[in-house]
Amino acid sequence: MNDNKLAIEATDLTVAYQEKPVLWDVDLEAPEGVLMAVVGPNGAGKSTLMKTILGLVPAAAGQVRVYGKPYEQQRHLVGYVPQRGSVDWDFPTDALDVVTMGLYRRLGWMRRPGKAERAAALDALDQVGMADFADRQISQLSGGQQQRVFLARALVQDARIYLMDEPFAGVDATTERAIIGLLRELRRQGKTVLVVHHDLQTVPEYFDWVTLLNVRRIASGPVAEAFTEDNLRRAYGGRIAFLRENGQPPGAADHEPQLELSSAGALNQ
Amino acid sequence: MDVVSIFRDLFTDYTLRTVALGSALLGLVSGALGVFAVLRRQSLLGDAISHAALPGVALAFLLTGSKQPLVLALGAIVAGWLATVLVLQVTGNTRIKPDAALGIVLAVFFGFGLLLLTFIQRLPDAAKAGLDKFLFGQAATLLGRDLVTMAALGGFALALVLLFWKEFKLLTFDPDFGASLGYPTRWLEILLITLMVIAIVVGIQTVGVVLMSAMLVAPAAAARQWTEKLNVMVLLAGLFGASVGLAGALVSSIVPRLPTGPTVVVFMSVVVLFSLLFAPRRGLLARARQRRRQKWQFAQEALAVHLLQHEGQPNEAVESDVSHAGRHMQWTAAFASGVVSRAEDNDLLSRRHDQLALTDKGRALAREAMER
Repeated sequence: MNDNKLAIEATDLTVAYQEKPVLWDVDLEAPEGVLMAVVGPNGAGKSTLMKTILGLVPAAAGQVRVYGKPYEQQRHLVGYVPQRGSVDWDFPTDALDVVTMGLYRRLGWMRRPGKAERAAALDALDQVGMADFADRQISQLSGGQQQRVFLARALVQDARIYLMDEPFAGVDATTERAIIGLLRELRRQGKTVLVVHHDLQTVPEYFDWVTLLNVRRIASGPVAEAFTEDNLRRAYGGRIAFLRENGQPPGAADHEPQLELSSAGALNQ
Repeated sequence: MDVVSIFRDLFTDYTLRTVALGSALLGLVSGALGVFAVLRRQSLLGDAISHAALPGVALAFLLTGSKQPLVLALGAIVAGWLATVLVLQVTGNTRIKPDAALGIVLAVFFGFGLLLLTFIQRLPDAAKAGLDKFLFGQAATLLGRDLVTMAALGGFALALVLLFWKEFKLLTFDPDFGASLGYPTRWLEILLITLMVIAIVVGIQTVGVVLMSAMLVAPAAAARQWTEKLNVMVLLAGLFGASVGLAGALVSSIVPRLPTGPTVVVFMSVVVLFSLLFAPRRGLLARARQRRRQKWQFAQEALAVHLLQHEGQPNEAVESDVSHAGRHMQWTAAFASGVVSRAEDNDLLSRRHDQLALTDKGRALAREAMER
């Protein structure tokens, strides 16, 4: 990992819907090769941050650079996994066809996907353990399987940076294991992955970097430095309680934080 | 007129052939484009566009004094387009919700159109006649030159759908992902809506602006019931639209003074109703059958789990008693005996007097159900 090389560098991002600021002056730096969790309470602007980086939501201020160049020039380096709930899964198509969509741009205008695209899509489905479901109608898939189809669609893009919006939300244990395996494989290949994440308990286990967000950026950096009790309290306000052992703050040394909710549903949707 | 002579006239009678070709064409184009409107949940936009076409037609006539089909069609296209832009602007820049914006735009345009139509009727000019057919449509008034315009516009729209097939599919399924790939989704959306406008304009002389949206929405809704593939859905919707358009237009042009729009819509409703009820997987009957099957299946699993859990327990004899097990599950006696006899048929358990015992198959099923 080259620490000097920034895969993503967003500066002063500000986004407002009507007059209400959703992101306020957010800086985000993701060095190449990190697995970064983006955490924060509901309405903190996590999804909006992803969409702003991708240019899907217009920023009132700020800019995004990918490997030192403006995002618009580097779009092909960035793969996106939207929230599963953002599409209608009753759409008449099968899993393989959805994965093939990841190749459309590279294919170019007016060209139809052929054998090579089919093979690449099948390979991506195989990587997420979904090869047997290629011909399955997408509404017939379980939530976790749908999530893995979305991941395969991003994999087939063969990007260097991946932005994933809540891939762990509401998935079964098999899918969770598949996603963790995939994240580790991507890190092994030196890819950079940003993941909007809800489950604070698993942050130190799954990720090496973390950004805490609540409209403003609260903290960002290696998990050991940024994922502290103090930062979490600042991000989540009074809605979080800590169970500490040995008086150590969470994130310190090899000790994993144990968190519990003081208000039900505040953290896990 | 009997069926045989209608078919003979189809090939010999110029008027009837024009009507048949024109209405089949309109059904094909609006059916195919309607799939995208329905899947993008923009069915009501079609309704607003077709109503908005009326003042476009009237103004085109007033400004040019011409009843050339292409002139009137262009007027309709511009008005339909303007209505769309207005709906999107109102939705985007005010706190008015999309459904209200559609309602407002539809009513304002259509009201204005009716006003113009009344004004045109009062003009002391022989050329004024005939514009009112745009209200409910009149297939019998189709001429050869109308057909040429319809074919050109419809062919153009269908060709673009084929050309941008995968882009339109992506735009319909997941526009955010499309934008992240770098597609100009805004322009693609404008193109798709423009094609919808064209599809509507192709049909309004035949079906009328009031009921044209049915030709956009209904074939797609019916087609969705029969397939899980987008290309098949588009083909089926085109086929449904064409055949229903044909049937409705023929009947209305043979029966005197029967407007085409209402006739076509009645025929289309039959196709939709049939599809909703009888489609193999998505149809209401198929769903009811499946639910019933699942209910029996689940009950058998529950019974098997109950029996497995008490196997080898001291109270096994009591718990595997038919009436006791039924009471435990809160089943009626009739339902319980139905479950038991089905489970026996499926070789899940054996019954001796009132005592139930799982077979190996039944035990395997119970374990599998508990794993889930």
